[in-house]
Amino acid sequence: MACIRIQAGDFSVDQEWSALRERLDANAGAVAAFVGLVREVHGDSRSSLELEHYPGMTERSVEAIVAEAEQRWSLAAVTVIHRVGRLRPTDQIVLVLAASAHRSAALAACEFIIDRLKTDAIFWKRETAGDDTRWVQATDQDVERAKGWAGN
Amino acid sequence: MIRVLFFASLREAVGMDAWTFSPDSAGSPPRLSSLLAALKPALEPDGYAALTAENVRIAVNQEFVDGAARIDLKPGDEVAFLPPVTGG
Repeated sequence: MACIRIQAGDFSVDQEWSALRERLDANAGAVAAFVGLVREVHGDSRSSLELEHYPGMTERSVEAIVAEAEQRWSLAAVTVIHRVGRLRPTDQIVLVLAASAHRSAALAACEFIIDRLKTDAIFWKRETAGDDTRWVQATDQDVERAKGWAGN
Repeated sequence: MIRVLFFASLREAVGMDAWTFSPDSAGSPPRLSSLLAALKPALEPDGYAALTAENVRIAVNQEFVDGAARIDLKPGDEVAFLPPVTGG
């Protein structure tokens, strides 16, 4: 029941929301949504972010995250869209929608998926600000957050 | 022939996005260790060091492998070197 897409183009939250609702039956009482936006780098509004992925393996890494969420919680529907390519500050970069009978499962699954996208999905970010360009390093904080789900 | 892919910071460190490994047809099946040995002369020392760093993960046919050096390879395999990921 999951809709997973890796794409260069933008997405419409309205359209994805409508598409998800069409997949729900009358038992679904909650949908949690997360949208990630690109921040500017070091206060430079002309900075940019480039996302690289490994076609095929990246899709499967996201599918595995969603499959784990579906095992942990009873989910009516899930949508994950992650963009790749060159993005600008304020652009949408990632969308997670998780639907369930009740809010606790929907909210927890949504948070779980976005935490795992940070640490387990196959993407690499490169920031460019002015003449300076660098590959983003994984933060210990992200790794700790994702690990926090291991014991739950 | 075995296709070898380098991603993100590793692609820049080795100066190429792909490389072809043509193992000797005679003898035992090639392993990742023999691939690395064949690759080493084609790289600058910094590039080789980046590839063999502890936090680099290796995928064979798009599946992560552990204890990678002993994995047997076969013609048509795709081997990828992946630096730590930063999605979301």
